[in-house]
Amino acid sequence: MSEPTSSKSSKSTSIDINNLCLTFETQTEPVHALSDINLQINSGDFVSLIGPSGCGKTTLLRVIADLEKPTSGTITVEGKSPHEARLDRSYGYVFQTPALLPWRNIESNIHLPLEMSGYSKHEQKKLSQQYLSLVSLIGFEKKYPWQLSGGMQQRVSIARALSFNPDMLLMDEPFGALDEITRDRLNEELLHLWEKTQKTVVFVTHSIPEAVFLSSKIVVMSARPGKIINVIETNFSKDRTFDIRETPEFLEVSQLVREGLKEGHNDGS
Amino acid sequence: MNFLTIFKSRSLSGLLCLVFSISTLISLQLNEINDHALNPFIVIIIAAISLALFVNRQQGIFLLSICFAALFSGVWSVLSLIHSLNADTIIGLDVWLFVSSLWFLTWHNLVQLSAIKTLNKFMELFLTVVIPLLFGSWIFFLWEVITIGMTVPQVLLPSPSLIWQVFDGAGATLFADFYQTFVRSAIPGFIIGSGSGFVVAIAADKIPFLQRGLIPIGNFFSAIPVVGIAPIMIMWFGFDWQSKAAVVAIMTFFPMMVNTLVGINETDKIDRDLLHTYATNYWRELLSLRLPNAMPFILNALKINSTLAMIGAIVAEFFGTPIVGMGFRISAEVGRMNIDMVWATIAIAALTGSMFYGVFALLERKITFWHPSMRKS
Amino acid sequence: MEANRILNIIMSGSVGPVVILVSIIIMVWYAGAVYLNSSFLIDRYEKNNIDWSLSELATDSWSMERPVLPSPHQVAKELKKTIWDKKITSKHSLVFHSGVTLSSAMLGFAMGTFLGILLSVGIVYVPALDRTLMPWIIASQTIPILAIAPMIVVVLGSMGIVGLFPKATISTYLCFFPVVVGMVKGLRSPNIILVDLMHSYSASKAQVFWKLRIPASIPFLFASLKIAIALSIVGAIVAELPAGAQGGLGARLLSGSYYGQTNLIWAALITASVISATLVSVIGRMERSINKRMGLQT
Repeated sequence: MSEPTSSKSSKSTSIDINNLCLTFETQTEPVHALSDINLQINSGDFVSLIGPSGCGKTTLLRVIADLEKPTSGTITVEGKSPHEARLDRSYGYVFQTPALLPWRNIESNIHLPLEMSGYSKHEQKKLSQQYLSLVSLIGFEKKYPWQLSGGMQQRVSIARALSFNPDMLLMDEPFGALDEITRDRLNEELLHLWEKTQKTVVFVTHSIPEAVFLSSKIVVMSARPGKIINVIETNFSKDRTFDIRETPEFLEVSQLVREGLKEGHNDGS
Repeated sequence: MNFLTIFKSRSLSGLLCLVFSISTLISLQLNEINDHALNPFIVIIIAAISLALFVNRQQGIFLLSICFAALFSGVWSVLSLIHSLNADTIIGLDVWLFVSSLWFLTWHNLVQLSAIKTLNKFMELFLTVVIPLLFGSWIFFLWEVITIGMTVPQVLLPSPSLIWQVFDGAGATLFADFYQTFVRSAIPGFIIGSGSGFVVAIAADKIPFLQRGLIPIGNFFSAIPVVGIAPIMIMWFGFDWQSKAAVVAIMTFFPMMVNTLVGINETDKIDRDLLHTYATNYWRELLSLRLPNAMPFILNALKINSTLAMIGAIVAEFFGTPIVGMGFRISAEVGRMNIDMVWATIAIAALTGSMFYGVFALLERKITFWHPSMRKS
Repeated sequence: MEANRILNIIMSGSVGPVVILVSIIIMVWYAGAVYLNSSFLIDRYEKNNIDWSLSELATDSWSMERPVLPSPHQVAKELKKTIWDKKITSKHSLVFHSGVTLSSAMLGFAMGTFLGILLSVGIVYVPALDRTLMPWIIASQTIPILAIAPMIVVVLGSMGIVGLFPKATISTYLCFFPVVVGMVKGLRSPNIILVDLMHSYSASKAQVFWKLRIPASIPFLFASLKIAIALSIVGAIVAELPAGAQGGLGARLLSGSYYGQTNLIWAALITASVISATLVSVIGRMERSINKRMGLQT
């Protein structure tokens, strides 16, 4: 098991998690969703959390987002507690499903967080235009979410998460419900976005190629109790395309992740 | 070749129309021809058209318009016949047979109209209005034929034409009743009841304790026959409109409260989490997520309440009222056996109720256009 | 600590809040009785030059013969008198009157449910019926049938149709509507994939109906029946309002209102509410047990 390495990078730490545990009380017995998690994420990193279902990767993301409270351990986000970070609107969260409000059209769905942060009408309009063009959805402003395909809806929700320019992007299996072709295209678009905006991204997935392709750091997790098995750093060039999926390096990293997952599986059983 | 295959995919109502129009002709021949009989010419036309309907498989817009023209002339001939009769003459078998054949022609037309598939918005709107209207007019026609043709006593059921005459004679009285019952009792009661139901629901929402208690109690009160409180309200608020408005307010309060409470709590967890990540405060969350989400429930309550308001106001007037109001008019004119006046009042009440309901149905379409149940067209 | 936990359990359900809210309602009721009855009593005190204190006023206003608002215990006494003490066959027994109302309500409920299901099947299977009938069914409910119910009963009576049937027709008229609306929704609820699955078995129309559409509509049916059964009681009571009705809770309400017997009005009203709430919960229980057997949640 390799220790998470953060000191070699000169960048500042964005998320710092130490000895974090989370236990859910249920009627039968307590469930240890997260057990002794230690993880440092630098700003500008693209970190994937990968593991079998039930390994707590979504829970970990929700702890970072202050949607769950840890039972013990410490966590800081941008040097603050997750609660303060949330109040400062430090991150944009993208859910498994688009979570667009059906009574608002695309544009005003993107305006939603901007309204909360007190942007003027003029700025709202400007920002929504800017981010809609980033996800190439110009021309769909007045459409309603249910008139768009699933892939387009998820792009809207990414634009919405970016619109108020948060430091971080937290994504919970955002492309899980999409078909593979759409998923590949959105992966490329997301990578492109990351390169352009230099945001810290924490990305939950259960797809190995997706994790390897997108990430600068892959966190492999195992279930029951949810813990970190391995942290793998990758060194692909920032302007990579899907062609790298055929390269030996890519296959090598994939193999490493697969072995990590297998190891965790054997541990668990 | 099977005999039945001849009939397959042919218009059954066309066949029945043919059978009945031919039997009308036969029965016309059997009877002595007098001045007050059906015009055999029109019967023959109807028979010819129904034959065409049965034989012809392709139904075009041309044939359909001919059907309509024939239908209207048939209806017209029957109406003019029964109105030329003496007050105590009962119409003969031939007319009944003819009315039956006209019914099958109408049914055929309705089926044809319903089968029209169109993407044109105005055509669609036209069809949704015309088809039920056609059916409704047929019911009124049948009502007219039965009441006049069978000389039904007026005290039991007056004919539509007779009821129509009341509007001419007693228009001012009817309007005064409408004003007293709808404008002075139903509307204020509706606004007070729905408004306070909404406010209480919003207030209770902040206190989960109150909420858990109010939903079962609200459901219990909704099951109460609230018309029963009318005598009590009259005792408290007097005979005039205030007591009626109070009955309406109580009737409309609980549907609104329960629907609003349920509606604002029906949000998806994922949407709540989303707003949570924006560090949204309570009131903002209420305004931008929970209230919009509750709109289908709230409009449903308003639709229910719109009919309850009319019913509550009218029924409450049975228990005591000044000498004006629709409920008073109904009970008083029943006592005087002026049933045509009663039916005129009922017609106004139904029309008012339908329009009141229609306002909220339209509003529902406008406001909750995004809801899956509204998206279809 | 333990007591706190028990308190928590009670308060986190709906039993605790309901009990507390009901007690608050009863307290407000007592206060309201004092407030509404006091003006009459104070008049009387002053006329007879009697000195009075607040406590006397309270006890007097809770024990008036014909109060504007009777106190809960007076209503309870009236309920005991008319339910337990009177013989069931007596004209003053609320049990007797409840029976009269209940029987016509149940007949109307049965007829309304049958009519509603019949219409909904027609609407779902015949497109022409869908377009012609549905708007009129909605419009029919805006006719204040409750307002003309007494007249209908009188008219049917003059035609020689008396007894249970005229009253039941009013309940039928109110009942069929929620059943039609719910059943149309329910029969149309199976999604296209399931209909296609049935097609792939080359199921006949009748098989699709009995094996797919009917089971799918059961939850909708029960939701409608709960509304319909409460309406059937309302219908029966209103149908009993015309003067001279032989019995029923509606007739009791009317006579109570004529003779200013407020205790009687409240007793009849509470009996009616309890009956209708009981019927709704019976349907609810049937719903739960059938849903359980069908493997649905709650």
